[in-house]
Amino acid sequence: MDLTSLTVHELSGLLQKREVSSVEAAQAYLNRIASLNARLGAYITVTADEAIEAAKEADKRLLSGASSPLTGVPVSVKDIFCTAGVKTTCASKILERFIPVYDAAVVARLKDAGAVILGKNNMDEFAMGSSTENSAFFPARNPWDLQRVPGGSSGGSASAVAADLSAASVGTDTGGSIRQPASCCGVVGLKPTYGRVSRYGMIAFASSLDQAGPITKDVTDAAIMLKAIAGFDPLDSTSVDLSVPDFPCLLSGGVKGLRLGIPKEYFIEGMDSQVSASVNDALDCLKKEGALIVPITLPHTEYAVSVYYLLATAEASSNLARFDGVKYGLRVGAANLIDMYKKSRAAGFGAEVKRRIMLGTYALSAGYYDAYYKKASEVRALIKRDFDEAFKVCDVIATPTCPTPAFKLGEKTQDPLTMYLSDIFTISCNLAGIPGISMPCGFTKGKLPIGLQLLGRPFDEATILRAAYTFERTAGIGKEKPAL
Amino acid sequence: MQYEAVIGLEVHAQLLTGSKLFCACSTRFGAEPNTQVCPVCLGMPGTLPVLNAKAVDYAIMTALAVDCVVNPISVFARKNYFYPDLPKGYQISQYNEPLSSRGRLDITTESGQKTIGITRIHMEEDAGKLIHGEGADENYSFVDLNRAGVPLIEIVSEPDMRVADEAVAYLKALRDILVYLGVCDGNMEEGSFRCDANVSIRPIGQAALGTKAELKNINSFKFVKDAITYEIQRQIDVVEEGGKVIQETRLFDSTRGVTVSMRSKEEAHDYRYFPEPDLAPLVVNEADVERLRENLPELPEAKRSRFGDAYGIPAYDAGVLTSTRALADYYEELVRLTDEPKLSSNWIMGEVLRLLNGNGLTITGSPVKPSAIAELLAMIKDGRLSNNMAKEVFEEMFKTGKTAEDVVKSKGVAQISDEGAITGIIEAVIKANPENLERYRGGKDKLFGFFVGEVMKAAKGQANPATVNKLLKEKLNG
Repeated sequence: MDLTSLTVHELSGLLQKREVSSVEAAQAYLNRIASLNARLGAYITVTADEAIEAAKEADKRLLSGASSPLTGVPVSVKDIFCTAGVKTTCASKILERFIPVYDAAVVARLKDAGAVILGKNNMDEFAMGSSTENSAFFPARNPWDLQRVPGGSSGGSASAVAADLSAASVGTDTGGSIRQPASCCGVVGLKPTYGRVSRYGMIAFASSLDQAGPITKDVTDAAIMLKAIAGFDPLDSTSVDLSVPDFPCLLSGGVKGLRLGIPKEYFIEGMDSQVSASVNDALDCLKKEGALIVPITLPHTEYAVSVYYLLATAEASSNLARFDGVKYGLRVGAANLIDMYKKSRAAGFGAEVKRRIMLGTYALSAGYYDAYYKKASEVRALIKRDFDEAFKVCDVIATPTCPTPAFKLGEKTQDPLTMYLSDIFTISCNLAGIPGISMPCGFTKGKLPIGLQLLGRPFDEATILRAAYTFERTAGIGKEKPAL
Repeated sequence: MQYEAVIGLEVHAQLLTGSKLFCACSTRFGAEPNTQVCPVCLGMPGTLPVLNAKAVDYAIMTALAVDCVVNPISVFARKNYFYPDLPKGYQISQYNEPLSSRGRLDITTESGQKTIGITRIHMEEDAGKLIHGEGADENYSFVDLNRAGVPLIEIVSEPDMRVADEAVAYLKALRDILVYLGVCDGNMEEGSFRCDANVSIRPIGQAALGTKAELKNINSFKFVKDAITYEIQRQIDVVEEGGKVIQETRLFDSTRGVTVSMRSKEEAHDYRYFPEPDLAPLVVNEADVERLRENLPELPEAKRSRFGDAYGIPAYDAGVLTSTRALADYYEELVRLTDEPKLSSNWIMGEVLRLLNGNGLTITGSPVKPSAIAELLAMIKDGRLSNNMAKEVFEEMFKTGKTAEDVVKSKGVAQISDEGAITGIIEAVIKANPENLERYRGGKDKLFGFFVGEVMKAAKGQANPATVNKLLKEKLNG
């Protein structure tokens, strides 16, 4: 049996029954990583020794009976989460040798649940990008077609999960960085409600938008992972003190009577015809299961990308100020302080990061603040209101995750604006702070995965998970594996 | 041309919380560099601020004490600039939605009473400290981040002051309040109470404000006065010579007593303030404000006037006795034990403060507690000690920490009030001085003093003077 092909819940079943050990599972994944990571670029750091140690501990826990559905399960995390004693690069030269002294809350919760951490997944530098080509070290690749990108910024996570280099991963999503790569790689990606998962120890890109969430092989795994990492954290003032539902137990029940909102603004001219056909098939499937299709409108959608690139870059320009060569990270020596700042940041940051720092700095500058940052904040409130209104007439909003399937490496690197548009369907969700899930709903003729996106009310991840689970079950989607 | 100055002050006061504003690190002053730090105040990647509730209480108490409106919602903002002592590359402060606004503070100067408006009070975190290397290290600068994240409030006044004395009076009154509230230790030298001054001039009668200079590095009341006085004259000289005052930041050089230009408006930072996304807006509910208002201690001004009314002591005494909350408490405890407001005041302002000052102590460090002084004063009252003897006894109490009773016993000091004993001494003195007795009885009244002196000498100074007077008169007059 190939242990690496199993989902979290399948593997967990075997572990709980002691049919396999965690050490066996971890070793199987490490072997597969050793043979495939050079081609996929899914991991920046593999922590083989630590993983085996953790697996041994997990086996003890499994024997003692004090275990959770994640105990002994090999997972990975995006290299944006701080890991005590393990370098955390954020795919940036400026943090190439940075070793944190603390675990991110997400990492600590995974460890507490007994998960075995295999390593740190590749990503776009500081989570800025939609292709993982902005990694300072090497790009990650799409397991379905190695000439294509896995999406981004959590492209290493999606690539790893799709290629069975980890049972599940945790990524982060600021404007689609979990859902878009999940869509590109044919796996499930869930961005929880803002405030559902602690951001402590997760290196900030845009603080008011960033949210950690699972990338998994199926919907059940997403529910298991979310339950493990969610919950109030006193160390994150923006995390919300709400009890965490038992998501895996809330998956069944179907969609009979569920009102599925279809926003007209998301089914646009120029969208790939195979994508729209596949998404429409998915909607038909859910309709047959008893969901009610409700046409809705989200009138401020057209402003989302502009608003996002003002607010996210403004916050990023401030969040990345701490990488100044003084305390940790890359320092390039110079004759004086100002030159040290300039040289360190010039050498440490990649082109896209610099571009966004400049954009954000400009948006916050005296004389421009009102026209850019302030105006964008006001429009953000309108976008959020669009969703509030929509959720009065529907329970879940369904859209494509991306307008196109995965594109080729290098195809969009020369044109940042085109690259930015690959997040056109995912960005509004972050601006509104609501939860969203992307799940596979089919393939193009060229065998590239297509993603369906379901958006829910704040803190109602359970409903989008139930709808996703119903579709996954009914359509028999997500069983196919890429040939590697 | 006659000019008047327009002065506004920005005060930064360090709050006396045990931990920092956004993490649990200690705020203790003077620890080894970088020993009171954690990932949060070091600005490590991914760390997040968590607001210290006690610091909010302290800031609200200050706002209430100077009649500010406490805003139900205020917003933290990031002030962005690069400097090695600023680990995150931004300072978390408050900007256009501060914690509180529109307060006032009454001050008294030689020219009378005046009300100074307070524009706003907001909360922010302190930065760390740069230490420039010496000797072999002269090419290096070192960063100590123990202070990074220590809670501050910034108190911004209206430009209501016209002379340096008013600025000093405002600062003293403000510091008294902060210290009374127990929210700040008011130490200017250690930097826990710092002041920047905005100074401009205009021709008397002109309503429009002149161009201001911001003065920094004025870390004592004397320097505040010196710096402002210098700056006013400097600006007048500039204008009189046909020049223009430019908007700039100027540093006070205390050794030369002058202000020197640090940076002009053109070189000023663009701080790119924006709302801090890591912290929700600060919501202060009315119940909390009322709870803090009810628990506000009596403030210096109110206490001063109550001391005058309730104890009937002069305004001067009331001023001295209320200069700190601890001293006022000490006085009130002594009055409670003795029921002697004026005598208590005299003793504290005289003996107690004299010895404390002489030994570099404050009232909280006094080795003699009010109960011990009360015991001593009771001995004066029932005639066991004269006032002068009591002062000697007090010095011994202060030195040794012994009670009055113990000092009196061990030193053998006790006033002789027993009439039989005193009569015996008087008779012996009269017997030894027959000639003077004759002369006294012959009309030389002034010799009474001689006899008193002789009796006291024989009694080693311990005879009760009143009893001596009474009995001696009887005996001499025979």
